[in-house]
Amino acid sequence: MADHEFTHTNPEIDVHAMGEMHEHPTWKQYKWVAIILTLITVFEVWAYYVPSFVASPVFVPTLLIMSAAKFAIVVLFYMHLKYDHRLFRGLFTGPLIIAMATIVSLLFLFGKFARR
Amino acid sequence: MATAAVASHAHPPTSTGLDHRKIAIWAFIGSECMLFASLISTYLIYKGRSVVGPFPHEVCDPPKCATHLNAILNIPVTSVSTFVLLMSSLFMVLALAAVENKGKPGYEGILGSSKLWLLATAIAGTTFLGFQAYEFTSFVHEGLTLRTNLFGSSFFTLTGFHGAHVTAGVLWLLTLLAIDMKRGLQPKDALLVDISALYWHFVDVVWIAIFTLVYLIR
Repeated sequence: MADHEFTHTNPEIDVHAMGEMHEHPTWKQYKWVAIILTLITVFEVWAYYVPSFVASPVFVPTLLIMSAAKFAIVVLFYMHLKYDHRLFRGLFTGPLIIAMATIVSLLFLFGKFARR
Repeated sequence: MATAAVASHAHPPTSTGLDHRKIAIWAFIGSECMLFASLISTYLIYKGRSVVGPFPHEVCDPPKCATHLNAILNIPVTSVSTFVLLMSSLFMVLALAAVENKGKPGYEGILGSSKLWLLATAIAGTTFLGFQAYEFTSFVHEGLTLRTNLFGSSFFTLTGFHGAHVTAGVLWLLTLLAIDMKRGLQPKDALLVDISALYWHFVDVVWIAIFTLVYLIR
């Protein structure tokens, strides 16, 4: 690819074939990602056990946002979507958008958002 | 010398310049997104529509249920298994980094041992499956099967499909470990590890969604 400027420090690795556009994180960065994921999970579980928070209207949106954050962190850093070729981004986000639209559409169709 | 090393392991020319195997795994992961979306949709649509217990988050007393039934989901146990699966993703990226940087400064010893990290990932995956087996067994003992109610049908189908994916991932990891033990994974094999890592992380992100939508949101 003409826009491919990054070369791996290890010449045996064909970064072009692997689609690596930028250098991947170091093990220290991976460690911090794991710590952040753990902290978010701890907060999620803590929130589950706070009755006043569970009863509040922000409970579900808060959990969904935290889950989406964990999802994005794993995909961007561990799956290297932030660092790799944009074609991979398209191959993942395209079906993901369709999948999420399918879930929302079906929930509407079956009246899950209707007031009772 | 380095150029020769690359040339000897170079993939056949492709229109994108990218290896077909890596494009294929991303396309496969995309299709898997839609599979799990359909399973999650089914679970959410059926949520709260079970006529008989046990229920996921609520107790069930007579006359609705023949006997008193507790809320069936065990959040503490599932939280631990979720943590184990999250850690397995860390082990997996360390396995890939160990293969890519084999022999380089900073990757001597434990950090550069791809065998150790692959084994740790496989053990973490197996531990997760052990937790799932424990959960399924305890649910059956408490009276929840695939045929008990809508919750049982959709729950076992969704988490069972995920468990099957984890099982496939563990087998894949053990295959890589066997190759590593036999001849040693080298930097030129990084793509093989990268592809399996992508699958493994995908299994992890699916569980992130399931943990929130099934276990935490009431």
